Amino acid sequence: MSDTSRQSDDFEAAAKGSPEQVAEFEDHHRGFMGTVQHFLHVNPSLVPLIVLVAAILIFGALLGAKFFSPFALTLILQQVQIVGIVAAAQSLVILTAGIDLSVGAIMVMSSVVMGQFTFRYGLPPAVAILCGLAIGTAIGAVNGFLVSRVKLPPFIVTLGMWQIVLAANFLYSQNETIRSQEIEANAPILQLFGAKFNVGGAVFTVGVIFMLVLILVLAYALRHTAWGRHVYAVGDDPEAAELSGVNVHRTLMSVYMLSGLICAFAGWALIGRIGSVSPTSGQLANIESITAVVIGGISLFGGRGSILGSLFGALIVGVFTLGLRLLGADAQWTFLLIGMLIIAAVAVDQWIRKVAA
Amino acid sequence: MEPILKGRNLVKRYGRVTALDHCDFDLMPGEILAVIGDNGAGKSTLIKAVSGAVAPDEGEIWLEGRKVDFHSPIDAREAGIETVYQTLAMSPALSITDNMFMGREIRRKGPLGSVFRMLDRPAMEKFARDKLNELGLMTIQNINQAVETLSGGQRQGVAVARAAAFGSKVIILDEPTAALGVKESRRVLDLIQDVKSRGIPIILISHNMPHVFEVADRIHVHRLGKRLCVIDPKDYTMSDAVAFMTGAKEPPEQDRAA
Repeated sequence: MSDTSRQSDDFEAAAKGSPEQVAEFEDHHRGFMGTVQHFLHVNPSLVPLIVLVAAILIFGALLGAKFFSPFALTLILQQVQIVGIVAAAQSLVILTAGIDLSVGAIMVMSSVVMGQFTFRYGLPPAVAILCGLAIGTAIGAVNGFLVSRVKLPPFIVTLGMWQIVLAANFLYSQNETIRSQEIEANAPILQLFGAKFNVGGAVFTVGVIFMLVLILVLAYALRHTAWGRHVYAVGDDPEAAELSGVNVHRTLMSVYMLSGLICAFAGWALIGRIGSVSPTSGQLANIESITAVVIGGISLFGGRGSILGSLFGALIVGVFTLGLRLLGADAQWTFLLIGMLIIAAVAVDQWIRKVAA
Repeated sequence: MEPILKGRNLVKRYGRVTALDHCDFDLMPGEILAVIGDNGAGKSTLIKAVSGAVAPDEGEIWLEGRKVDFHSPIDAREAGIETVYQTLAMSPALSITDNMFMGREIRRKGPLGSVFRMLDRPAMEKFARDKLNELGLMTIQNINQAVETLSGGQRQGVAVARAAAFGSKVIILDEPTAALGVKESRRVLDLIQDVKSRGIPIILISHNMPHVFEVADRIHVHRLGKRLCVIDPKDYTMSDAVAFMTGAKEPPEQDRAA
C-alpha cells in the first residue's frame, strides 16, 4: 500500500503550487446576445410579455382609438377568459412534464353537471355547482392516479379521458341545451361569471377577474411555496425529486386534481360567457389552452416557465384575433400568425435552454 | 460494539437477476466505511436498500439497534440518513437554495407561513450560503443561480454540502469524487474527515483506491451480490483489495464475512 499511497500524495502535491485563484466569470465574452439569453433564462415569461406589448402597440398604431380604447382592450380580456382559466390548469400539468388533453372535456362535463343537476333533479343551484366542481376534481384525480401510480404516459391517459368524458357528457345530457332565459329565470347563480361591471368605459366580468386572480394566486403558489417548488422539481426530473425527498405521487395527484377543479371553474365561467349550458361548446379549449401555454414560454418538457407566461400567451392570441378582425382581415390570417408564433416560441425556448450547456 | 446501521440477509431481485444475495452489512459508530466492488457487484443496490431508494425483497435493516423499514428515501432521511447519489439528485432548473431545501423547506413565521405557506427565502439562502462557505468548495457568486449553470464539481459540492448539513446519523456518499478534479477531490476528502470528526459515520462508495485507502477505517468488499470480506486498509495493499473484489485472490480467512 505504501508505494501507491506515496504516489497518490505526489500527484496532489504537484498541484499545490498552482494558483489558488478561482476562475472568474466576467461577462465580457458573453456579448449582447449572451446577456439577453441569460436574462430570458432567468425571466422566462418576458418573451411573451414583449410580444404582447409589441402586438398591442402595432395594432394600436394601425387601428388607433378603435383598438386602443378601454372597451376594446377589456373585450379582449372577456374573449380570452375561458382559455385563460383553462390554460392555467394546462400550465400546471405541463410544468410537471405532462399534458392534459381532457381539459376541454372536463370543462364541458362540469358545466353540464351544474346545469342538469339544477334543472333535471331540482337541486339548489349552489349545490349543483359544488357537484360540478367535485366531478371535475374527481376526473382530474383519475388522470393523476393513472399517471402517477399506474405510470401511464399523460398524453395517453388524457387522450383516453378526453374521449370518455366527452362521450359521457353527450350521453348524460342527451345532447340537450339548457337555454339562457331558463337559467336566468331559475338559477342566475350559474351565470355569475358573466356578470358585468363598468369602470370608466372598461368592461369587466366576474370571469375576467376570476381568471386574473387565479393566475396571480397560482403564480404566487408556484414561486413562493414548497408545493410550487415541488411541481417544478417533479417536472424537471422526477427521479431526482423523489431521491431528494419530494413526494412525487402526492405532487402529481395534487396537480391533476387542481387542474380538474380549475377546469370545472372554467365550466362555470363558460355558462356565464355563453349564457346557456351546451354540451357541444368549448371544443377548442384543448388546443387553445396548449397554444397559450406554448406561446407563453412554458417548456413542454416540464420544469421551466412561468404561469404568467400562459396568461400573456392567451392575451397574445386574443389581441391578434381582435386586431386582425378590426383590420378586416380573413380569420385564417390569425391562425397563420398564431402557428408561426408557436414555432417561434418553441425555438426561443430551445435557445434559452442552451444557457445550461 | 453495536453497529449504528446493520443489514442482515438482504435480498433484492430484479426479474431473474439477483442484485443482492443474502448480503450482510455493518456500519460502526463514528467510522468511515468504504464499500468497493466490481461493476455489477450490487454496491448500488446495497446502498439503495439502506437509504430507502429500493425496498429489499428479504432481510432486515437496523438503525441504532431498532429495526427500520424504509419505503422511500424520505423515510430514511427522516431517520437521519442522508445520501449523495451518483446522479446527485438535483433539479437543474431550480436554484442552489431550492435544491438544498428540497422536501424540507422552511416556512415564514406567523400567518404568512401558516396560512399562505410562504417560504422563508432569506433564512434558506443564509443557511445555504453558510454551508457552502463552511465547505469552501467553491466560490459561487449567486446562491440563487440555477444548478444547471454550475460546473460538475460545483454541483457535486452542493450535493455534498446538502448531505453534510442535514445528515444527523449516517451520511452515504456514492462516488463523491468521480466527477471532480484533483483539487476539488481533495476538498471533498477533507470534508469527509471533517464530517467524521463531528462523530457522524460515513459510507463511502468509490472506485478510486487511493481515496478509499486514505480515508476509510474499514473496507467492505462486495462481490457477486454479497459481502466478501471486511478488511482494514492498514493490513492490505490496494492491489490486494482489487484482487479480492475481482475474484483474483481468495480473501483471508479471519476477515471473511459470514
